[in-house]
Order: sequence, then structure tokens, then C-alpha cells
Amino acid sequence: MADSLVQIRQLTKHYVRGKQSVEVLHGIDLDIPRGDFVALMGPSGSGKTTLLNLIGGLDTPTAGSVSVDGKRIDQYGGAELARWRAEHVGFVFQFYNLLPVLSAQKNVELPLLLSKMGSAERARRAQVALTLVGLADRAGHKPSELSGGQEQRVAIARALVTDPTLLVCDEPTGDLDRKTADEILGLLQVLNREHGKTIIMVTHDPKAAEYASRTVHLDKGQLVDAAPAH
Amino acid sequence: MTKTGFILANLFHKKTRTWLTLLSVVMAFVLFGLLQSLNLVFSASPDFIGATRLVTQSRVSFTQSLPMRMVPEMDAIPGVQRVMYQQWFGAVYRENPQIFAFAVDPERLHEVYPEWVMPEEHWNAFRGTRTGMIAGRLLADQYGWKVGDKIPLQSNIFPQKNGSKDWTFDLVGIYDGKDAQWQQQTAGGMYINHAYFAEATQFGGGNAGIFVLRLEDPDMAESVAMTVDKRYENSADETKTQTEKDFQVGFLKQLGDIGLIVRWILFAVFFTLLLVVGNTMAQSVRERVPQFAVLKTLGFSDNSVLGFVLAETVALCAIGGLLGLSLATLLGAGISKAAGPMMPVAVDGRVWLSGVIAIVVLSLVVGLLPALRARRLKIVDALAGR
Repeated sequence: MADSLVQIRQLTKHYVRGKQSVEVLHGIDLDIPRGDFVALMGPSGSGKTTLLNLIGGLDTPTAGSVSVDGKRIDQYGGAELARWRAEHVGFVFQFYNLLPVLSAQKNVELPLLLSKMGSAERARRAQVALTLVGLADRAGHKPSELSGGQEQRVAIARALVTDPTLLVCDEPTGDLDRKTADEILGLLQVLNREHGKTIIMVTHDPKAAEYASRTVHLDKGQLVDAAPAH
Repeated sequence: MTKTGFILANLFHKKTRTWLTLLSVVMAFVLFGLLQSLNLVFSASPDFIGATRLVTQSRVSFTQSLPMRMVPEMDAIPGVQRVMYQQWFGAVYRENPQIFAFAVDPERLHEVYPEWVMPEEHWNAFRGTRTGMIAGRLLADQYGWKVGDKIPLQSNIFPQKNGSKDWTFDLVGIYDGKDAQWQQQTAGGMYINHAYFAEATQFGGGNAGIFVLRLEDPDMAESVAMTVDKRYENSADETKTQTEKDFQVGFLKQLGDIGLIVRWILFAVFFTLLLVVGNTMAQSVRERVPQFAVLKTLGFSDNSVLGFVLAETVALCAIGGLLGLSLATLLGAGISKAAGPMMPVAVDGRVWLSGVIAIVVLSLVVGLLPALRARRLKIVDALAGR
């Protein structure tokens, strides 16, 4: 594929649990074009989150390669990978993972502490990101003062604030009711369609997958098929 | 938000626990400051600079008296302006044994201690009254003594020739200190006439516990001390001559090896502190494992996370330690003022330097293990709660 943002070749991942070695992914090949919105689906233990972690540079493969934007991230060392994540990937988790001691504004500013930006610029960017997710008026609130949907919006703002190439979402609506989940998924769709963000989302929920451009199914660590775009 | 703000926000993520730990650190460093300054006083080398008086005692112990024949010999030593002798009387008044009563020669006391201020007629009365005594203002006020009173005292050392340890003296003067500091020392002090004591006591009349040498020139202090001690070297009455401050310190050293006691107390305090702060930090890191994983996910390196945890520990120890040392400085100044120049419990630059070193060492010792744990976290395991 000519404009593949993510290229995965013969990707294999083993984990050692106690004395046992567990092979989670077996020789996966996958291309994700720039600007795509991909839903990764599959039963529990199929390797969805492992694949997502490898694409997001949170883990390193046992064999095979992962290239993002032409860079072989599987060859990066720990510090280099951390730097790459800071500049190129935004993460959204099922349980939001906001820092409870910080306000929404400061949670969103957090990734910018790694840049050379001044504090005023950091604050301005965080405000823009919060506005984008519709939470500008809750900037001073701590996570404990926000609803689940609002917390996830703050998490999305935190993922967006560095203007990453790739947005990686692990069950972003898994902890939300249907209505709030639809709002969050609608927001992701807007980010994909209007702001051109490439999004890879792990989900169990077929309704959530409908918001994606295409769905990739995994089973027992292997790709099963790729559903057409919606 | 700044990195410092982020560190402080995390430090206080459990406010009550952090405040309590901080309080322990403050208290530990207050103790550290005061005890360390005391330790410095006790471990200091003899310092003759600026001394206007020297104290000569028996080389064995100040409890062993020296013969009075030494008085004119010391008077004759070049650099000595006047020698005063004094004998500890062991006075007890109304069961209070905390009275510092000495048998002295009134004339010599007046010449050697001009800091004691009293009308001249009272000095004359003290010189001329065989059974006379003078008392410090605060001591006299404490018991309501007035000039002209007869004061019954017991000596827990010296009986009179008739075997009785009950003595009666005529209060002929009440002295003040020349300034506030000296005035405070009038709280426990009184003097009786040595001539009467020597005549009436069953034993010890020909001796004195210590000699106080008033110097002509402070610059001669060291050489006078050496001359005196040299003169009595290898005699039956070997001497030890030192400044008043060193004598005072030596007096307290009789209680035991103060330096060793202080060092053991400090060791106990810091060992406890190590456990308290170490436990707080370990618990704090354990509770925040997922948060550290998130930081790493966002792009903070392993070393940055290690740095954050260490910085939290340093902040905790530094805030507590510096507050504690500041409090100790204030308290030390208060104690020093109350105790006078003989016991300068000053939390000075040396104590601060050792305090800052203690803060750094404490921070590293208690912070390193939790920080390494946070550094070693694997993101995927931590996020999965493994």
C-alpha cells in the first residue's frame, strides 16, 4: 500500500508467564493507511491489545517489524521509543487513566512538559484541546469532579494536545453507557474525518466498530479477515 | 503547570500522610540541629582566644581539691593579674540542693569577677563579716531573702568542728549581673566567706576546689595555662588549666560521654526517620503504579520517572529538614541566651552543613529503592495491573 502509515510484517509476540512461554501473536501482516480509522475486534485473548501496544510503541515484538511513518520502531531502544511516543502517538484507555491530583487542564498539559514549550503556550494548547472535546468550561475540575464521559473527553484532549500522527485507543467506550459511548465515538469520528487523525481502536463492541472505516478481526493471534469500510 | 508543581502535587496526593511524615522529618531535624550543636560544643578543641579568665583544677578531677599554698604561687606567674579560689560548699536550703554555693575570698571575688555588681558597702560588709554571705538577686528573690537575714544552710559535704552540718550565715549583700545574661546566672548562686569556712569546717579548710585566674592580657591565655600546668607537673597536685567555657563543658562531661550519648540518640532518630519516610515513599509508589505507567506511555522516559520519585523524596526531606534546622536555630539561640556564654548551643554553619548532608543522604537512601521500582515498571504489565 503506497501511503501506509503503519506497516506490520510477520509480527510475532511471545510472553513468558512463570515458566510458560505464551505466543500471543503469530506472524501478522497488516497495513494501515494514513487517515484510516481501524477497529480491531476479536474475542478476549485474541491479541488485540498486544497488537495495539506494539503499534503504539508500548511493547517490543519478539520477531517481525513495525514501521510507523517509515520508521522501524521495533528497532528503537527504551528512551528512543519513549521520545517517539511523546511526539507521534496519542493514547486513550478504557479507564481514562487521568492523574487524580491534577485538574483537567493540567492533565492535558502533562505530555507538553516533555516539549520545550513555555508554560503560557502549554496552557493555551491545553485550552484549545479541551475546547475541541467540548470541555473548556471544566478545565479547572479534578477527574473526581467529572463524569466518566467527561473524563474520557479529557483523556482524548490529552492524547490530541501534542498533535500526534496516530491515535491509539484501547476500549475507549468500554466503561461508558451507550449514549456517552456514542458521543465519544462521534468525537473520534470527527477527529478522523475532519482533522485527518489516523485512529486504531480496540473494541469488543460491534456498534463501536461501526464508527470505524474498517474492522480488522483477530483470533488466536492471527488476522481473520478485514471487513469493508462503512 | 511546571515540573516542580507536578512533583509537589504528587507529593501531597495523600495530604494527611504527607503532613504527618513531614512533621516527623521536622522534629527529627530539630533534634538533629540541637544535638549536633551540643556535640560540637563537647568535641571542640580547647580554645583560648579571647579568654580573660582561666580555671585551674586538679588534673584528676575538679572534685579533688588543691592546696591553698598554690594561691601566691599562681599570683606570681607572669600574665596573671589576680587569682581567686573557691570551694564547693554543697549547700542545701529547704531541701533544695541546686544552690551553687562557694566559699571564696571576698576581695579576690570582687577583683576577678567584676561582672557581679553590688553597692560598695555590701562588698565591705562581706569582707568584714566572718559569717557573711552574699546571694544572687534571683536566688534572693526566690526565697524572699533580704540583707540582714540569717540564712540557715546545710552542707552535704562539710560538717562543722562540732559535727553538725547545719551552718548559719548573715546575708550582707545581694549582687546583680552586669547585664541580662549575667543577671540570669544570679538565679542559683551565692558566696560565703572562705576564712570562716576554713576556720569552722572539720576538714578541707586548707584547700580549694578550683582557682580562677584573671589575666592581664587575653593573648596570654594559652601561655599562662601552659606555665601553670608545667609548674605543677609531676607534683602531688598536678593541674589542668583551661578556659571557663572548657571547664563548664568538662563539668558536664562528668555526667558521661555526652558526645557518644548524643551520637546514639541521633542514630536512633535517623533510623526511625528512615523507616517512616522510606515506608511513606514505598507506599506512595506502590499506590501509583498505574500512574507511572501512564507517564511512561505519554513519553516520559524511565529515568524521568526515577527522577520524579527521587525529587518527591528530596522535596519531602528538604522541606522538613530545612524547617527543622530553622526551628533548631531559633531554639538554640534561645537556649544559648538562657544558658549564657558557658554553653553556646549555637546551630551554626557547621551544623547546617551537616544537616544539609543528612538531608541529601536521607533522601537518597529512602528514595532510591522506590524510585528504582518506578523506573523498572513495564508499561503493559503496570497498565494490566500485573
